[in-house]
Amino acid sequence: MRDGEPLIRWVWIGDHVGELAHYTGVHLRLGLLPVLFGLIISVPLGILCHRWRWIYPPTLTAANVLYSVPSLALFMIFVRYTGLTERTVMIPLTLYTLSVLIPNVVDGLASVPDPVRQAATAMGFSTVRRVIQVELPIAVPVVVAGVRVAAVSSISLVAVGQLIGQGGLGYYIIRGLQLDFPTPIITATVLIMLLALVTDALLVLAQRLLTPWARGKGAKA
Amino acid sequence: MIRFDAVSKNYPNGTTAVDGLSLELAEGGITVLVGPSGCGKTTTLRMVNRMVEPTAGTVSLRGQDIREVAAPELRRGIGYVIQHAGLFPHRTILDNVATVPLLLGWGKKKARARAAELLELVGLPATMAKRYPYQLSGGQQQRVGVARALGADPPVLLMDEPFSAVDPIVRGELQAEFLRLQKELHKTIVFVTHDIDEAIKLGDNIAVFRTGGKLAQFDTPERLLAHPADDFVADFVGQDRGIRRLSFVQAAGLPLREGPALPVTASVAEARALDEPWVLVVDDARRPLGWAEAAGLADAGTLADIPLAPLGHTFSLVGDSARAALDAALLSPSRLAVGVDAQGAVAGVADAYELSAAIAGTGGSLGAAPEAAGVAGVAETAEAAGPQLVKGAADPADAEDAEDADGSGSNTGKTGGGDR
Ligand SMILES: Nc1ncnc2c1ncn2[C@@H]1O[C@H](COP(=O)(O)OP(=O)(O)O)[C@@H](O)[C@H]1O
Ligand SMILES: [Mg+2]
Repeated sequence: MRDGEPLIRWVWIGDHVGELAHYTGVHLRLGLLPVLFGLIISVPLGILCHRWRWIYPPTLTAANVLYSVPSLALFMIFVRYTGLTERTVMIPLTLYTLSVLIPNVVDGLASVPDPVRQAATAMGFSTVRRVIQVELPIAVPVVVAGVRVAAVSSISLVAVGQLIGQGGLGYYIIRGLQLDFPTPIITATVLIMLLALVTDALLVLAQRLLTPWARGKGAKA
Repeated sequence: MIRFDAVSKNYPNGTTAVDGLSLELAEGGITVLVGPSGCGKTTTLRMVNRMVEPTAGTVSLRGQDIREVAAPELRRGIGYVIQHAGLFPHRTILDNVATVPLLLGWGKKKARARAAELLELVGLPATMAKRYPYQLSGGQQQRVGVARALGADPPVLLMDEPFSAVDPIVRGELQAEFLRLQKELHKTIVFVTHDIDEAIKLGDNIAVFRTGGKLAQFDTPERLLAHPADDFVADFVGQDRGIRRLSFVQAAGLPLREGPALPVTASVAEARALDEPWVLVVDDARRPLGWAEAAGLADAGTLADIPLAPLGHTFSLVGDSARAALDAALLSPSRLAVGVDAQGAVAGVADAYELSAAIAGTGGSLGAAPEAAGVAGVAETAEAAGPQLVKGAADPADAEDAEDADGSGSNTGKTGGGDR
């Protein structure tokens, strides 16, 4: 760092408010859409794994193997197919969410008490209807717990995408390193952390509103 | 109504849960399936709504093989209540109860109106409608479970140990209320329990199962007590079945004598003149107040001035059983049971010897059916066994008496339900 350069130049922040807002939006999109896609993949997969237990171990292993591949390597693989686009960042991030979301969907479905499942069957729910109207709603608290973990890790991972030019707020981190200028690095880092915390808080709130019935039940719900 | 024809169930792991069951359950009555744990009661029950498919034989409902009806459709016409209620935790009480009407496509408004009606029927206040299951006690949840099962007014109700998980006091209440409800609704009910006392209290007919899924006896409660088919059944119904049989003999027929009774306005001298160890003191409507002990009488004054020993309990000639009468005699300080009429006025007294002599007399008609109780087959209705018989717990007050008496008696060791 150059001599005499302060950690934060507030003036810079003031000058870049509009641009920062733009990159914050991009960052959120890059971080959260993969969670949504991950959920869309994990719910049906989780239902299948719950119903046919034997496909669960291989599925989970596959998801964990994917998670262990370094993000940079995944980016480089997908660049060949999808170029230097946002998709190239979002596809690996989506794959990463699976190792958290699939087990949480399975655990969520397993949290449905046996008498409840039996009662639903005995009332005359068809299997599909029972899963949609009884089992999935009851799985929500456990699934949301997984979504929180996935969302926070996805938001912080987005920055790495800057290596292929698609990193949301990661842009400022790389720029700051190149220019030996700490203000954008610190600003972007703090913003990313804030995004993660606020997203997490909103998910908690959403869950409270979605599942008023789970109050006072603690971890079991 | 519900008919099992040579039905067996073998689970893939080799367990024979039900073995060659043939049974026909009467319409509009409560049939209790009872037996030790693991004897195939739940399996039998679940074969009625196709939650378990038999490996052999047929189950038919109103003459139709149940396999001819699609399972979900069949189930919407059969109410089902289980031990831990199994309420949907994510739905309000009202929406839980509205489940089956909603499945039948009634529309939200109509389904909820029906649900509100049902909550009232099972004795839950309307303020509970908006709550969630976790906010209710076990007993309340069980009531909701019953209301939910009645959703579409199904003619058949299956109940699997519905009252086993609540404490004995709540259980007594739920049982009494269940009988009251059944008087109104006349459903065809199959009720599973491992508790022989509950079976006798609730059942119009009782099917006793032994381990291995074999039917040991199918009979009315009174015949089960009087004529257990074999040692297993005799053992299962318990050592005190002689006493329990008295629940089915009406007190009305018992001979009572006048007894040493005096109005509270009588003088101490009159009491002493009776030359009895105990004098029953009554009010001006002849309602009993208590016992005065001759040995403790004052020298002068009226009976109003002296302390009375409490009555214990009296028995009613309208509605109580001989069991309540005998219990009253055993608990009375004077060893005399006090019988009262519908107005609560003293009808007469009797001691335990007089009562048991009389019961032995009427016992002839109780045990009159000479042929051994048949295993499997259509049970006779309660009326067929004689006009003397009453249902032990026809009303809540009666049920409480029975409960008291049980408390002092021994428990049936085999039921595993030693839960009084
Ligand atoms: N799904 C199942 N697979 C294998 N065995 C079972 C299954 N369900 C019940 N059983 C066995 O069948 C027997 C009867 O069970 P059940 O009908 O539940 O008895 P009960 O309700 O009288 O306690 C028991 O030995 C039980 O272990
Ligand atoms: Mg059972």
